[in-house]
Amino acid sequence: MNAPAVNANTAPKKKLTTSAMIASIASEGQRTVAAPFGKALVAYAADRPEVVGLSADLAKYTDLHLFAQAYPERFHQMGMAEQLLMGAAGGMAKEGLTPFATTYAVFGTRRAYDFIHQVIAEENLNVKICCALPGLTTGYGPSHQATEDLAMMRGIPGLTIVDPCDALDIAQAVPQIAAHKGPVYMRLLRGQVPLVLDEIEGGIDNYSFELGKAKLLREGNEVLVISSGILTMRALEVAQDLAKDHIGVAVLHCPTIKPLDEAAICEAVRYKHRLVVVAENHSVVGGLGEAVASALLRHRVQPAGFQLAGLPDAFLDAGALPTLHDRYGISREVLGQRIKGWLG
Amino acid sequence: MSSTLQGLAQVAHRIRRYAVRMGEVQGQGYVGQALGWADVLAVAYGHALALKPDNPQWEGRDRFLLSHGHYAIAHYAALIEAGVIPHSELETYGSDDSRLPMSGMASYTPGMEISGGSLGQGLVIGVGMALGLRHKGNPAFVYNSMSDGELDEGSTWEAAMAAAHHRLGNLICLIDINNQQADGPSSQVLGFEPLADKWQAFGWHVQRVDGNNLAAVLQAFDTARTLAEAKPRVILFDTLMGKGVPFLEQREKNHFIRVDPPEWQQALEHLDATAPSGAATTARPQGAAA
Repeated sequence: MNAPAVNANTAPKKKLTTSAMIASIASEGQRTVAAPFGKALVAYAADRPEVVGLSADLAKYTDLHLFAQAYPERFHQMGMAEQLLMGAAGGMAKEGLTPFATTYAVFGTRRAYDFIHQVIAEENLNVKICCALPGLTTGYGPSHQATEDLAMMRGIPGLTIVDPCDALDIAQAVPQIAAHKGPVYMRLLRGQVPLVLDEIEGGIDNYSFELGKAKLLREGNEVLVISSGILTMRALEVAQDLAKDHIGVAVLHCPTIKPLDEAAICEAVRYKHRLVVVAENHSVVGGLGEAVASALLRHRVQPAGFQLAGLPDAFLDAGALPTLHDRYGISREVLGQRIKGWLG
Repeated sequence: MSSTLQGLAQVAHRIRRYAVRMGEVQGQGYVGQALGWADVLAVAYGHALALKPDNPQWEGRDRFLLSHGHYAIAHYAALIEAGVIPHSELETYGSDDSRLPMSGMASYTPGMEISGGSLGQGLVIGVGMALGLRHKGNPAFVYNSMSDGELDEGSTWEAAMAAAHHRLGNLICLIDINNQQADGPSSQVLGFEPLADKWQAFGWHVQRVDGNNLAAVLQAFDTARTLAEAKPRVILFDTLMGKGVPFLEQREKNHFIRVDPPEWQQALEHLDATAPSGAATTARPQGAAA
C-alpha cells in the first residue's frame, strides 16, 4: 500500500501548556496524515461486510467515526462501557463477524482486562482491539496514560500485539491484523499522525509493515536501538543527530510485540559488538525491553551493553507532552544524550 | 396435568437425576443449583430451544449461554437429556481429559456456547451475539442463563442498558433467583430488590415467576418467545436450591454442597420416590429434541 496523503503542519509555535487529551504527538513542521486508522479501515471494509466497528463513546477520538460515517449500519455504539465493548465484540465474533473494538488504551486494557482474557482470547476470537493514547501520548496524567498496557496484554496467551510507529505503519497494519485469524491488540495513534517511515534518511528505501516481523531501518556500528511505536521515530531522529558526532546508530523497528521476531533481534545483536538500547513508549516493566532481554538470554546472545530507554516504573506527571517526554527521557534530545552517556 | 407439562416434568426429573449422579462421581458440586434450576432447563431444552442434538453448531439453533459456568453440572444434565452429550459421558464428569469439566467451557463441550464462570460476562456476550444474529438476518434467539449473584457485577447493567438501547428483541435473559451466593444470602451480600422494577426501568420486558412451577415457567418462556415488541426480555425465576431433595432444600449453607457418600443414594431415592409417572431414567433417543 502506498503512503497516505500528507498534510504539512504549519501551525505557529505555541506556549507549552498541559496537553489536552487530543494533543497531537507530531512535532512542529512534521509531515502528518489525518486519521490513517479510520481511512485504512474504511478501505479494507468496503467489500467485507463482516467487518464491524464498536466504540465505547470515543469513536471521534479513535478515528472510528470515519467508519461510522461510511457504514452506519455496521457501527455499534456501546456507550462508556468497556466491559460491554469487549464482551459484545466477542459475541459478534462468535457469530462470524470481524469486530474492531476501539477506545482508549487505559480503559480497554485496565478496565476490561478480564473480558479480553476470558471472552475474547480464551476462545481465540477474531476481535481487533485498537486502543488510542498508548504510553505517554497525553498530558492528562495516569488516568489516561497507558504506560503498562503492553505488560498486561503480553500476559494473555495467543494475543497478537502491535505497536505501530507512524501513519504508514498503521495504514499497512490494519488490513494485516484484520486478515489475521485471532485476537489482536493494536496501539493506536490517531488524529494528525506523523509520517516518517516512507522516507528514512540514511536507511532502507521501501519500508513495509509485516505482521510478526522486525525491520532493520538503518545500520550503524556503535549502537543498536531496538524499538517500537513512536520511539522508533525518536530513534531515527537520534540516529541522524548522532551521525553528526560520527556515532553510528542502527535502528531495528519491532512493531509486533507479540509474537516477537526473536530471530531478527538475535541476528541484529549478534551481527556487531555494539551497545543495545531498547526504546519504547511504555514502562520499563513488562514491555519490549524485558521481552528483548529475555529473548537474548534464552538464545545466549550477549550484547556489548544493554540499556532500557522506556518510561520509569512510576505514575507519571501531568503536563505538556514535550516537557514530559524530556522529563522521562524519550524526547529526541534527551534520548540522544542518554545514549551518548551509555556509550561513555 | 397436560401432556406437555407431564412430559416436561419427566424431563426435569431426569435432569435432576443426572446432576445428582454427576455430583456423586466427584463427591461434590453445585448440585443444589442444578436441582433448583432443573425446571427452567427442562422447559428450555424440552420445549423452547431450537436445536439439533446431532449438530450442536447448527446455524439456526437458539444460543443458550451459561454465564454462571459453575452451573455446568446442571447444563450437562440438560445436554444429556437433549441428546447432545451421550449418556455414557456422565461418568466422566470432572475427570481428567473429560469433555465435562467442573466449570463450563466452550472448547470442551458440545452445546456449551461460552466459557462462563468469570461472572457477569454472559449478558455482554449475549448482546454481541444478538447484534451479530441481526446482522446475518438469523431469527434465532440468544438465551443468557445467569445467577442472581451476577447482578452484583456492573457489566450486567452495562449489557442491560445496551440491549434495550439496541432494541434486542432476540435476547432473552433467564435469572436464577435462589438467594444464595458464596458469602451467604444474595440479598445480604448486596441487596438487589426491587428486581422487576429495575429491569423494567432499564427498558426490558419483565416477568417474575416461580421457577419451580413448570406451568408458570412454560408460560413465561412462551410469552418471552412470542412477544411482538422489539425489546429484550428477562424472566426472573424464584427457585429453591436443592429442589426435590428435602434434606438438601433444608440445608442452611447450600451454595456449594458437600454430600456424605450415603446421601447421594438417598438423594436419588428421594427423586425417584417423587418421580412423575413415565419418567424413565435414561436420555431420550438422539434427535428427539430437534
